[in-house]
Amino acid sequence: MKLTSNFAGGRLTVEVSGELDHHGAGELMAKLTERLESDLPRECVLDLRELKFMDSSGIAVMMRVTKRMRALGGRLRVENVREQPRRVIEASGIGKIIEIDG
Amino acid sequence: MNEINTVSLDFPSRSVNEAFARGAAACFAAQLDMTMTELGDIKTAVSEAVTNCTVHAYPDSIGTIHMRLRILEGNVLEIQVKDKGRGIEDVERAREPLFTTGGEERSGMGFTIMESFMDSVKVRSRPGAGTTVTMRRRVGRRPAGR
Ligand SMILES: Nc1ncnc2c1ncn2[C@@H]1O[C@H](COP(=O)(O)OP(=O)(O)OP(=O)(O)O)[C@@H](O)[C@H]1O
Ligand SMILES: [Mg+2]
Repeated sequence: MKLTSNFAGGRLTVEVSGELDHHGAGELMAKLTERLESDLPRECVLDLRELKFMDSSGIAVMMRVTKRMRALGGRLRVENVREQPRRVIEASGIGKIIEIDG
Repeated sequence: MNEINTVSLDFPSRSVNEAFARGAAACFAAQLDMTMTELGDIKTAVSEAVTNCTVHAYPDSIGTIHMRLRILEGNVLEIQVKDKGRGIEDVERAREPLFTTGGEERSGMGFTIMESFMDSVKVRSRPGAGTTVTMRRRVGRRPAGR
């Protein structure tokens, strides 16, 4: 799991690549929290174009970011989701509470 | 169902082995003709079962995870993941969506995901003794109506 982030115009974009499981989720959450608390974005975008695998550990990360963004009066958007992560998102039902594009 | 092939692996419950376990399962499963979607589903189910051993069965120590993979007659893959860890008090409750004892780091969706990706998921558990999860999925040529 690797991540790069960019903050501009109130929007924090985080690109997560590789495989996201329990092994990498702690580090991802720590880095995301650090960015969210220092940037206080209005919108957080998770760009998953290079994310090749994700399990329920990724769902928990999305739930936590959603909560934090709502507390900040903003929202989370998830973009460019490949087939495997998309199936996990669908099976978990989290697609009903977060915005998924492409 | 007749067994066509099988492999067994024992490995320590280190989180780095989650990727190893799903990779090994995918490698073995590749003997069956299957789609990329099916392969993704199998990797996901393995990842969920193995992560549960790492996180819940052996919360404060490193224990052994046993994984047995079998190919059964009729293009069926069986995955068994077994631990000798803490066990589950109430299996029925544990399988409910969103139920978790793992706090905010977990979503409580692991069993729900295994159930939706596999044809069957059996859980046997005894508190203090351990848990065995056995999952089956028919791959490749799907029977009519699926
Ligand atoms: N191998 C196991 N040993 C002991 N307890 C387990 C085991 N597997 C599951 N459990 C119990 O069942 C609960 C539900 O498991 P499930 O995988 O559905 O969700 P989770 O692991 O809590 O969260 P997620 O899988 O979404 O990260 C766990 O919180 C835990 O209490
Ligand atoms: Mg789980």
